[in-house]
This record gives sequence, C-alpha cells and structure tokens, in this order.
Amino acid sequence: MRVEFADSMIKFADSHPQMVFITGDLGYMALEKVQHKLGDKFINAGVAEQNMVTVGAALAHEGFIPWLYSISPFVTLRPYEQIRNDACLHDLPVKLVGNGGGYGYGIMGATHHNIEDIGALRLLPNMRVYVPFTASDVEQSIEQMLADPHPNYLRLNQGAKIKYDVAPFSQWRKIKSGTKGTVVGTGPVVENICNLDIAADLEIWVVSIFPINNVPVGLIESINATQKLITIEEHSGECGLRETLSYHIMNHLNGPLKMLALSANGYPSGKYGDQKFHQAENNLGGEGLNQQLLSFL
Amino acid sequence: MEKSVQQDLLNKAFSIKKRFLGMYKAANAGHVGCSLSVAEIITFVRFNWMKDNDEIILSKGHAAASIYSMLAEEGILTEDDIKTFYKNNTYLAAHPPVNKIKRVPFATGSLGHGLSIAAGLGLAQKLKNSDKKVFCITSDGEINEGSTWEAALFIAHHNLKNVVWLVDRNKLQGFGRTEDVMKLDPLDKKLEAFGFNVVMAEGHNFISLEKAKDKTLSSDIPTAIICDTTKGRGWKLYEDKLDSHYLPMKDVHYDEILADVETDYKTQISKL
Repeated sequence: MRVEFADSMIKFADSHPQMVFITGDLGYMALEKVQHKLGDKFINAGVAEQNMVTVGAALAHEGFIPWLYSISPFVTLRPYEQIRNDACLHDLPVKLVGNGGGYGYGIMGATHHNIEDIGALRLLPNMRVYVPFTASDVEQSIEQMLADPHPNYLRLNQGAKIKYDVAPFSQWRKIKSGTKGTVVGTGPVVENICNLDIAADLEIWVVSIFPINNVPVGLIESINATQKLITIEEHSGECGLRETLSYHIMNHLNGPLKMLALSANGYPSGKYGDQKFHQAENNLGGEGLNQQLLSFL
Repeated sequence: MEKSVQQDLLNKAFSIKKRFLGMYKAANAGHVGCSLSVAEIITFVRFNWMKDNDEIILSKGHAAASIYSMLAEEGILTEDDIKTFYKNNTYLAAHPPVNKIKRVPFATGSLGHGLSIAAGLGLAQKLKNSDKKVFCITSDGEINEGSTWEAALFIAHHNLKNVVWLVDRNKLQGFGRTEDVMKLDPLDKKLEAFGFNVVMAEGHNFISLEKAKDKTLSSDIPTAIICDTTKGRGWKLYEDKLDSHYLPMKDVHYDEILADVETDYKTQISKL
C-alpha cells in the first residue's frame, strides 16, 4: 500500500494546498516523488517522533493538514501522549500514517511490529482509525481522511488480493454471503479466510474505520442466522475488533452465539519470520487457520 | 528602557502577582512559587514585546494562574472568571485548558510539549510567510524531557527565528534541585551547541529582559533566553525552596507575601 499511499499524496497535493508531509526519517525508495512534489511542504523531522507529532498538531492549528509518516509503532506508540494531548484533545486534523501495521515488517522483529495500534488509538478522543483492506482502498481512504476534520490514523499493510468484488472504501463492507458462519475482520488479513475453500459457506464482512458504530442490519441478521461469529484481525484481541464488536452486537442478538476470535497473540514460539510466518503462528493464516475454522464450524 | 515603560511594567507585574496570589489563596492551592518565578517574564513578554496576534505558550502549565492573571490584566478574562479558578465547573483549571481561552492555543501541563508546539507554530508562520512570533516559556526541570531537545534540534535546524524560547531557570524541579536531579549546567553551552543564540538575563529585572530582547532581535539564528529566576520570589519563608512549589499559603503567609511583594514594588518604583 506504500506505493498507493505515495501516489495519493501526489494526486491530492494540488487540490489540497494545505497539505504538509512530515516523515520521521523514512521513505527511501518510496517518498522521493512526494518530496519533489511538495517542495518546502515536505519535511524530514528526523528520528524525533514526539516532536513530529506536536509540530503536526501546531501546523493543524494554523490551518494545515499534516501527514505524519513512519513505521507504525514509531508514529503511534512512541509519541502516544503527544497524540492524545496535542492532536486529539484539541481535535485537530493531524493525519498519522503507520506503515506495516500488524506483523507487516516481518523479520524486522517485534520492535517493528504493531499489534496494539488500533486499540491504543481508537480509544483516544476524536480519533478515527482507517484500515484499508485492498490496495485500491488506500486512495479512497485518504480522500475520506482529507474530508475528515478530526485526527486520524491510517494503517498501511500489504493490500488483500481476493477473488470477490470489493465495494468502495467505507466503514462496513460485505464481501460475500454465506450461511454456515459469519466472519467479521479488519485489514488485509481477512484475505486469508477469503481464499480458503471453506469461505464458500461463510458470510464475510470487513470493517475499515474505528471506532465502530451502527453495526449494519444485514450483518446483525447474518450473525443471528448463523449463530456462529468469527472475528479475524492482525491485532491483539484485547482492545481489538473482537472486543468492540462483541459490545456493539450484544443487545441485538436474538439467540445463542458461538464465537471464534482470531487475533494476534504476539510471539508464541519466541521466533521470527516473515508476515506469513507470524500469521500462521497465530492461526491467522495457513493450515492453522483452516483447522480452526473447520473445528469451529 | 524609558522610565515610563518600566513603571508601567512594574505596575502590571504587581497587579498580576496580587491577582494570582489572591487566586491561590482563595483556592488553597499550591504552585504559588512557580508563578512568582515567572511573573516578570510573562509581564515583559506580553506587555513589552509580543504583538496582539503573536502567540505565547506557557509550557510550564503548572504556573497557569500567572497566565490567567495576565489575561485578566489585558481584559480577556474578567475578574468574575478569575474567581472560578480551581472551582468545579470552571475553565480555569490548575493547568491551562483545551480550546477554551483566547491566547491559550494549547493545553499544557504535561512537561516537554511546549517547545514542540512553538516549533510547529513557528514553522507554520514560515510556510505562510507570516511575521507572527511565538514566545515559549519553559521551566528548567522540563528540559529533562527528551522531547524538549527534539524540539530544540528542530527549531535550530529550520532556523525558526520567529520562535523565542525563554527558560525560567529557577534551578528547582519536582523533587530536588536541578543540578542534583540531572545536571543541566552548563545549559548555555548546551543550547549554543544545539544552534541557539543564547542570552542570559535576570528574569525578575525588566531592564535585563529588555537587553535580552535587543540581543534576540539582532540575531540571525533562533534565541534561547536563560532567565535567572528565584522560585517563590517574594515568599520569604520558602523563597528558593521546593516548598514554594507545592504548599498553599497560610493566612499569615499570604499577608506576609503581599506585604513583601508590595514593598519590593514600591522600592523599585522609588528607584526610577
């Protein structure tokens, strides 16, 4: 999604002259064209994310729309108090962009992963978290973020590639119908279920903006019909999709419900590998995911 | 500095101090010494330096009463507003609030944010070709924060001369003296090494602050003014003591401080 992100920055720069791009010293072989396009409105703030976020908040106070870019944990968890105090409490349109949400940085190791970002940010006042599903979601999500007057966080990853048609970017999207179980997932990891044979029998939904609200009637109906709910997220289940969705559907259930919550549980073996390795270790992909679904259904 | 200007500043500083001392007394609140430390700096910046559309960031938000009192002095807050300080249902919390008061663009109180706020506001003016200035008053203790140094690097690198950093150098922090907790000195050399035009000033002396202003205006690089101050100045019992940071004033103290502040004011006026 990094390519699509950079292309979108260039595309929207002319129509949104208040855009300022600040990178935390990242962007080699990715942001050079953005730098060229934005000129003096492209700033490398160095490896100093706390200052970067507050500078962004101050720019937003003065009418700019700052895009603050780094590897996901460095632009979210490192400057967390700056995000809360200076961007969110003041409800300023600061746009955080974290590359490699979840296990996206693979073999780079745990310090470069982020399985807490959605939970950490969605609870901050005024913040809205955008989680694109496919690569083509990126431009649409950025367009929506530009129109969103609140602080935002964009979680970038490898875009999902699936055989089903995907509707334009929105908070809730139904990917396909099914009767044996209802899947609700966030981010490209949902692809791992979509591409299994068992997906033929499942109804699959993707949620792409947090915090969630107004769960669609169609999704509630599916959950009540299948009475089997599967959540999948490349994120900790604690404070993640499984928790917030559970709360939002609880008062709409008309019968018993079984739930399988698939989430990122860190590093079960203590070993490292690529993104697929970590997904497999957490039953978010590969045969482990398939077996989990088969035994649950 | 002309005598009339000096007299006006002394009058205003005296009024500001009297007002916030009354606020602290009515609230039975601490942080008295923090405001006494910075009172003349705030008075000088607001009434003898900044223009109406310039920004002043009080990074040491725990001295909020001094800013509230300054805002009452210029009519932005009313005396009725001032009476709500520390009470339930007030905007005037112990630290500056979010998005509620003119001339307080950002809530402060968590230390180490203010200089980055000033850096961002300064950068924004540069991008907009605006001549607006940003004055940022930090404590010395908050220079412990890494974010302060991040901001210092940023301001110097981008040559944000429109940012003026004033350090309230009273040499006391939360639980000890700055040089005992985590050595700051030689602060001047450190800030020079970071790329600042460093100016030393007596932080309770308007003539000294005026000279610092002149040295700032003639500089080609951003300026940091290290203001030598005394925490709790005027509270003789706790002057230059940590107690003045935390303790509220007893009745007898309040009377003594008011008398001392007034004596100091009259002495300075008589020397003009």
